[in-house]
Amino acid sequence: MNSNIDEKFIKVEDMKTLKTHGVGHWKLQRISAIAMIPLVIWFTTSLMLTLMDGYEQSIEWLQSPFNATGLILLFGTLYFHAASGLQVVIEDYVHHEGLKIVSLILIKLIATVLGVLSILCVLKIFL
Amino acid sequence: MAEFALPKHSKIVKGIDYPLQSESENPKKVNVYRWSPDDDENPRIDSYTIDLDDCGPMVLDALIKIKQEVDSSLTFRRSCREGICGSCSMNIDGTNTLACLKSIEDIKGDINIYPLPHMDVVKDLVPDLTKAYAQLTSVKPWLQSDSRPEEGKSRKQSPEQREKIDGLWECVLCFSCTTSCPSYWWNGDKYLGPAVLLQAYRWIADSRDENTEERLNDLEDTFKLYRCHTIMNCTKTCPKGLNPAKAIGEIKKLQLERK
Repeated sequence: MNSNIDEKFIKVEDMKTLKTHGVGHWKLQRISAIAMIPLVIWFTTSLMLTLMDGYEQSIEWLQSPFNATGLILLFGTLYFHAASGLQVVIEDYVHHEGLKIVSLILIKLIATVLGVLSILCVLKIFL
Repeated sequence: MAEFALPKHSKIVKGIDYPLQSESENPKKVNVYRWSPDDDENPRIDSYTIDLDDCGPMVLDALIKIKQEVDSSLTFRRSCREGICGSCSMNIDGTNTLACLKSIEDIKGDINIYPLPHMDVVKDLVPDLTKAYAQLTSVKPWLQSDSRPEEGKSRKQSPEQREKIDGLWECVLCFSCTTSCPSYWWNGDKYLGPAVLLQAYRWIADSRDENTEERLNDLEDTFKLYRCHTIMNCTKTCPKGLNPAKAIGEIKKLQLERK
């Protein structure tokens, strides 16, 4: 319980070496959130209007360049936003340095793999 | 790694009950967190029943009465007893506030008093604020300027410029907000917390200060500033009615604008 004043002062000064730029990440997280509003509204409306009709109609829907572009944008934004959100959660709660670095890399890796995979699936049907 | 067991001496036990010695029409029970570094005991909750007809209106009055009349070992910080010094911040009735500004009348049932949450305890209701003060020092909360004011004159501000620091200069640094912030609980070693960020913004917003750029550079950090997730506990708890969350929002806005 006894606090060592010097030790704590050093800790605050040391924070400078931890310096990582925050505004870029903060901005991209918000931009991707805003971008997803129209994309998600468009996608759920299409889902209800066309995609529920069946396999043939869905394939046809995806072969339109506008729909394929929209879906690729949605997947890209979605995985990017999910990864940056999870990054904040991990930074908040995981205090073991090694575990933190491993989980941050894993999250980015998984999001990238899923994103590329989803986009390739769209392209496969489109082409 | 994750710790599932609480450290030794974390469990709060029931303490001593001090009943009222005389008859009273207006008794009130005050439950107070007690812990002393001098022995090896767990923290405990002592209960003091006081006569409100013979006590001042504020929670601080009740604490002073207990210390003077019942138990002189009760330890807490206090000084001005009018919300200016910021010494008597503590958790009363589940909310961080200043004991001198919290009216007993507003509390239904027993008065439960704990030290500010998530800080080391020095004794009883006295939290260890060393780290918070060190963080405050790190944002250089003083006027920085290379220019000199006119000989013998003070630095001038227009009423509009002066208005920008309203709602900021009033902060008494009681750290009620900082210790109510979950983000500060989890990352208090790296996140500066609402009180310190409000102070940082107080100098950023001050037209007389000429070091705005460097101040913003220092704050542009994933942890120091961006651990604020707009939870708003700070604004809700501030005993002076200030809005630290807004001040942090303004800093974030400035960071965005200059990029």
